[in-house]
Amino acid sequence: MREVAIIGCGMIRFGELWKKSLRTMFVEAALKAIDDAGVDRIDALYVGCMTSGLFVEQEHLGALLADYLGLAPIPAIRLESACASGGVALRQGFLDIGSGNSEVVLVGGVEKMTDTDRVTDGLASAADQEYEVFHGVTFPGLYAMIARLHMEHYGTKREDLALVAVKNHKHGTMNPHAHFQREITVDQVLASSLVADPLRLLDCSPVSDGAACVVLSSLEWAKAHGKTPVKIIASAMATDTLALHQRKEITTLGSVVESGRKAYAMAGVGPDQIDFAEVHDCFTIAEIVVSEDLGFFKKGEGGKAVREGLTGLDGKIPINPSGGLKAKGHPVGATGVAQAVEAYLQLTGRAEKRQIKDARIGLIQNMGGSGASSVVHILEVV
Amino acid sequence: MPTQRHWREIPQRYRLEGNFCPDCNRYFLPPRLVCPGCGRKELTPKKLSRKGKIVTFTVIRVPPKTQELKTPYPVAIVETEEGARLTCQVCDCEPSELRIGQEVEIVFREVMREGKTGVIMYGYKARPV
Ligand SMILES: [Zn+2]
Repeated sequence: MREVAIIGCGMIRFGELWKKSLRTMFVEAALKAIDDAGVDRIDALYVGCMTSGLFVEQEHLGALLADYLGLAPIPAIRLESACASGGVALRQGFLDIGSGNSEVVLVGGVEKMTDTDRVTDGLASAADQEYEVFHGVTFPGLYAMIARLHMEHYGTKREDLALVAVKNHKHGTMNPHAHFQREITVDQVLASSLVADPLRLLDCSPVSDGAACVVLSSLEWAKAHGKTPVKIIASAMATDTLALHQRKEITTLGSVVESGRKAYAMAGVGPDQIDFAEVHDCFTIAEIVVSEDLGFFKKGEGGKAVREGLTGLDGKIPINPSGGLKAKGHPVGATGVAQAVEAYLQLTGRAEKRQIKDARIGLIQNMGGSGASSVVHILEVV
Repeated sequence: MPTQRHWREIPQRYRLEGNFCPDCNRYFLPPRLVCPGCGRKELTPKKLSRKGKIVTFTVIRVPPKTQELKTPYPVAIVETEEGARLTCQVCDCEPSELRIGQEVEIVFREVMREGKTGVIMYGYKARPV
């Protein structure tokens, strides 16, 4: 495999973007990324999007978006792995360049969620329709069942979950692209309405519109053309059963453990060498479980770590400096690529007020469903 | 939901007809064609026991739109006597009295209906004993 790098990024501010269509959001983010990279060639386009067919009744996004970017006739494909769609699009771009097939690739993610009144149903299609959704369980419900068992087994406190949201909202105030740029308090989280016990509204990431893009090239091409490369030193993906109840364990996400293990092996680094991580905090409990399953903390100690401030911007391992899905917003297909945007900004010293000092290695983890898919990339300053 | 989609699941939903891998001692509902543990393709048909306990649970306050369910309603992951697990609603109970480890029986109930004139779909729910 050839060495692959990110050489530019762009995203639009996530939010309820009533005035912008799916294609407009994507083209805006893509043009920013292409401009940031300063490239005049794109050999292929990979787009992550979860459920445009349901949300805006538009499939066939590869060709549509290549056309609207003026990039046709390049090969262009849309990839879907539920909320991990952006992460798998990034991995596809990585593989395309790594294999020697392409030299410069545009990777994007997009989701238009506010044109529909069927968001809950659309997201639920990432769970097992006949054996979970049929019985009335929702995504907050699935993560609520993980949370309840985590609290029972490990003594994780309800306040620990709230502190994840409080931290990520604080980070969001420093990110001009975040959907929410205001702080919240533990009391506000605990007073917000119950969605699925024990999870409340402010434990949940919001419904957002948005798009994010990165430009990838081989490291060799980036150097030869005077770009600012950040090397992708690992790309790994793993899967698990779609239905939560069929897993060996409920409070450990096997796909996260496995994708992390493979990524660390590929990069030749361990969790101790990671300077910051962007992880998939679709619900507060998800950040706690993922932080354990990626090896940042011992199993069961993720809640305590948040309580002790170890995951804040100046903590032992800053998690979700961008504000995470919770505050930055979660346009599902865009999320995995937005994580790469944040990592690129952090590793090129462009993260402004939320810049992590001396950041050299960053990890990004994007997850689909209740953890049936997990994608991990590790990036390093060249 | 298209009627045939429910109709195909009736053996599982009405009678808990799954199957079993004798090599791995694992139970599957719905039945599988291949055991994910060992790759065995000759799996033994097996009706799951209707006795079990709650592994974890939640109380849904914001329901999926399609099902028009009355909130709040509890949903649990239940482990049957033989160690198979399934997700279902918990009925005939006070949600605030539910707890992890609670013994339940799996009973036949209406799960959802398609609007006022559509198909009524039956299946399993758990009831505390
Ligand atoms: Zn087997």
